[in-house]
Amino acid sequence: MSRLNLAAPQNPVEVVEIRFRGRVQGVGFRPAVWRHARELRLGGEVLNDGEGVLVRVQGERAIIDMLVDRIAGDPPPLSQIEAIEITAYAGVLRDDFAIVESAHGGAHTEISPDAALCADCARETTDPFARRFRYPFTNCTNCGPRLSIVDGIPYDRAKTAMSPFAMCADCAREYRDPSDRRFHAEPIACHACGPKAKLVRLDGRHFTFEQFSMLDDVDAACSLIQKGEIVAVKGLGGYQLACDATQADTVRRLRKLKQRDGKPFALMARDVDVIRRFCDLAEHELVALTSPAAPIVLLHANGPEHLPDEIAPGLRTLGFMLPTTPLHVLLLRRMDRPVVMTSGNLSSEPQVTGDTEMTERLAGIATFALTHDRRIANRVDDSVVRVVAGGPRLLRRARGYAPAPIALPRGFAKAPDLLAMGGELKATFCLLKDGAAILSQHQGDLEDVATFDDYRKNLSLYAALFEHEPTAVIADMHPEYLSSKLAREHLAGGTLPLMEVQHHHAHVAACLAENGYALDGRPVLGIVLDGLGWGEDATFWGGEFMLADYVGYTRAGTFKPIPMLGGVQAVREPWRNLYAHLMAEMSWAELTMNFAELELHSYLAAKPRALLDSMARNRINAPPASSCGRLFDAMAAALDVCRDAQSYEGEAAARLEAMVDEKTLADEDEALAYPLTIPNLAGTGLPYIEPLAMWHAVLGDLILKTPAPVMAARFHKGLAKSIAAMTRKLAGSPEDGERRFSTVALTGGCFQNRILFEEVVRRLEREQFTVLSHARVPSNDGGLALGQAVIGAAHLMK
Amino acid sequence: LSHGSGGRAMAQLISGLFHSAFGNEWLARGNDQSAFDVAAGRMVMTTDGYVVSPLFFPGGNIGSLAVHGTVNDIAMAGARPLYLSASFIIEEGFRFSDLKMIAESMGEAARAAGVHIITGDTKVVERGKADGLFISTAGVGVVPDGLDLSAEKARVGDRVLISGTLGDHGVAIMSKRQNLAFETEIVSDSASLHDLVAKMVTAGGEGIRLMRDPTRGGLAAALNEIAQQSGLGFRVQEEAIPVKPGVAAACELLGLDPLYVANEGKLVAIVAPEAAAAVLATMRAHPLGCDAADIGEAVADDHHFVQMATSFGGGRIVDWLSGEQLPRIC
Ligand SMILES: [Fe+3]
Ligand SMILES: [Mg+2]
Ligand SMILES: [Zn+2]
Ligand SMILES: [Zn+2]
Repeated sequence: MSRLNLAAPQNPVEVVEIRFRGRVQGVGFRPAVWRHARELRLGGEVLNDGEGVLVRVQGERAIIDMLVDRIAGDPPPLSQIEAIEITAYAGVLRDDFAIVESAHGGAHTEISPDAALCADCARETTDPFARRFRYPFTNCTNCGPRLSIVDGIPYDRAKTAMSPFAMCADCAREYRDPSDRRFHAEPIACHACGPKAKLVRLDGRHFTFEQFSMLDDVDAACSLIQKGEIVAVKGLGGYQLACDATQADTVRRLRKLKQRDGKPFALMARDVDVIRRFCDLAEHELVALTSPAAPIVLLHANGPEHLPDEIAPGLRTLGFMLPTTPLHVLLLRRMDRPVVMTSGNLSSEPQVTGDTEMTERLAGIATFALTHDRRIANRVDDSVVRVVAGGPRLLRRARGYAPAPIALPRGFAKAPDLLAMGGELKATFCLLKDGAAILSQHQGDLEDVATFDDYRKNLSLYAALFEHEPTAVIADMHPEYLSSKLAREHLAGGTLPLMEVQHHHAHVAACLAENGYALDGRPVLGIVLDGLGWGEDATFWGGEFMLADYVGYTRAGTFKPIPMLGGVQAVREPWRNLYAHLMAEMSWAELTMNFAELELHSYLAAKPRALLDSMARNRINAPPASSCGRLFDAMAAALDVCRDAQSYEGEAAARLEAMVDEKTLADEDEALAYPLTIPNLAGTGLPYIEPLAMWHAVLGDLILKTPAPVMAARFHKGLAKSIAAMTRKLAGSPEDGERRFSTVALTGGCFQNRILFEEVVRRLEREQFTVLSHARVPSNDGGLALGQAVIGAAHLMK
Repeated sequence: LSHGSGGRAMAQLISGLFHSAFGNEWLARGNDQSAFDVAAGRMVMTTDGYVVSPLFFPGGNIGSLAVHGTVNDIAMAGARPLYLSASFIIEEGFRFSDLKMIAESMGEAARAAGVHIITGDTKVVERGKADGLFISTAGVGVVPDGLDLSAEKARVGDRVLISGTLGDHGVAIMSKRQNLAFETEIVSDSASLHDLVAKMVTAGGEGIRLMRDPTRGGLAAALNEIAQQSGLGFRVQEEAIPVKPGVAAACELLGLDPLYVANEGKLVAIVAPEAAAAVLATMRAHPLGCDAADIGEAVADDHHFVQMATSFGGGRIVDWLSGEQLPRIC
């Protein structure tokens, strides 16, 4: 009070409260404020509370404005300010400036994503005169592990995997000094006090070090990789398997030992210059690669040099990331070639996180392991980004992104706290809390025991980290999804209401939510190009046109329902879909009469057709599915790019995309794109995409020996064209008055296909539709939980 | 057969048929019930309805199945089956010759199992009220002294033994019903298991914790049920599970997991580890257990999951199905 009176009248001293919202906790925000305030000689305090960061200052208004400008203009690297509000403050403040303890105990929003080594720490780690020279666990408030090491809240060292490591005096000093970059950096460590990396042999034999020139164990691991060894590396969120990507026989050996048939391997390169030798980098790709999240970025393999085919068989993309931790930086320091850095697991299992499991599971694959004594508290997989239609899009959201909250659109501020369970494959779950969505990291396919264990563990972890007590649970309608069953069983003994949401409606809602589409916005047309999801009519859906908002939807159009011969086998074996598709359009006699000369005909003739026919006729494990994914499978089988079996989910579609001839795509007459028509389904009258004419054209092209890349291009174009035609049809022509919708939301796993996505977007935008699509949340089932959550909230707020 | 045949002629025809097929002293007395002496000790009783379609299939028919099923339900308690009852609901128009054939194979199955069908009932219902023929059987049996098989007895580390190949019955029924032509004919495994059970009990004694016949829902349903009741989990080895090559090929084509396919002449036994080898050897020496195998073990699992171990130590969850085998893949 007295201080107020001291102010000169022409330069009145004000006392204000500045509220910062967004990602401002656990990212070094308070020390940054502290440094700026000290420089400006402002008195006051800064603290974390449930809503973000609160700054209380007194001083001349101009100086206070300067403070705000400096913070906003140079925020800590990992922070993201979403809002700044300045209000008058009536309290008494101190003369100096201080960081004060959090206003409430929890500070639950402090758990941020793991971040790649920052430039400052990188410099220290490689500076021979720095205290942390070649220290593989260097970090600061601007970088380092977070989600991967946290056990509970409050987020301090005792509740992390760093708890066994007592800080040395030097680290403690940095930790306590607000002017230091490591002020309150919970994982702070150095050679003297922190975790240590160690190279071990997994075959029980003794080391002979004479053969390497050796700085330390990390450097020795680099030598091993250079020599063609496969080395297990304890990464940030799980073990990885590393080997020299340029040595084809080593890569082949890794593929065989890991029992990984065809799924592409991720690559790591020391720096972007190494990557540029193999891939041209576009601006967005460079930005994504070098961002603190440091994801795997899928790049076009069009550089001057080539990597062996074994890296990504049948594809034209390479998934590159830069070193994500100081350990990786040091490991790759002398490595001027890319290394395979794939998850340390056997095919279809989650990556190993425990040291004992590692020796059990990976000893058969790697002879050496570069390990360390910091426990991986939570498995966090590498994230995957692809730049499509000019922007980065997440295909897998995990390390570096989760669990950062996703702000919800207008109308959801008062959403109740909910838990959405997600799907079955690429499982994630989502908490709704304080009007934001917290989408878990990608966890994998729930059928795997270890993945399901992780999923349950993470449900508890997130509930604790975010002090979350849901008022309802939302799950997919599928009768057999393990996540849905867990919700049903978990609730049978509890009191929480359960709401079941249709799969593709959830996809659409996820797309709306991430685009900030307001709760009371007009219904949009959701175009969901997907594999399979359970429909309200107890059949499988997977290529859907839905007039939808957050509350509900009407199914306005669909793909042609085709029986999946052998249920799940039809997903594994693309040829089954080819046969089912062809037999839905013509008889075998017809096919034989006109196309007997085709190799495809003799291939199918050798199959047990009588049996398949009676399966289709008598509906024996042949559920009809209106799936876009199965159409891709059928086409891939027709072109023989992936026919007998897929070795990983989506392989057929990925190979088909990779095969597309870009010139045909860009230059060929639209009329040659394969024709798909839009008649109405008998019975329901629902308009659907009919591939009859397309199949005739495909078979005709095969007779003419049209090159497969040209055919693949015609397929993508034809499909995109028919999707635009369906959209037009459902919107009604503008001459009739207003269109039924002006906004279209593109979602579903098939939209990960770059060509299909870009072709559809181009056509819809040409017709003046506003196109919403996914960027921060995957369009595949990894985004499902977000959609479920907002649908649940919309219902509960009705 | 015609409906509303309270008539004497029809009644006599039918009872004559069953009397000659089942032929025993109790039925011969012609009472509405049968009296028999009760052994001292514990008895078990079970009942089951049979609505299988088709009624005749490779390896048996609804009649033999009705005997085997009920005998097996008794046998799973470790008991010796003694007496059965049988009740027939017959659709009007059902062929007498078919009924005769079914009754005869029922009698034959009962004789082979050493049990007597001592009371019964028949009803002929209007066309459409039944699908040909339904049979309901009940049975009683006696449990050897001191034997008490139950799921609560299962312990972590117990072995899971299976008496033979999986899926034969379900695939045989399906191939017949849908007229599916497989390369090799698949024959139902329908059989009475009480003799096998008796020998296992002799060999294993207290070491046998419980037994179950993996009928509807197959081994997956049986193990999930046991897991639920015992509060344990199970971990079975994929490559240890016996499946006939023909059945495996059929399942692969049809997209069915043999773990979920029905069996009618198989049992799964949860056995203490120290008794497992002896019990397994006994099973293999028996004609109905020649393909018996040790397929896995009971594990501690608060979620009571049944998991299929992959060759490298991972596992996939083999859950209950609420209905058919529906793809969960997106
Ligand atoms: Fe989906
Ligand atoms: Mg029964
Ligand atoms: Zn740093
Ligand atoms: Zn230290």
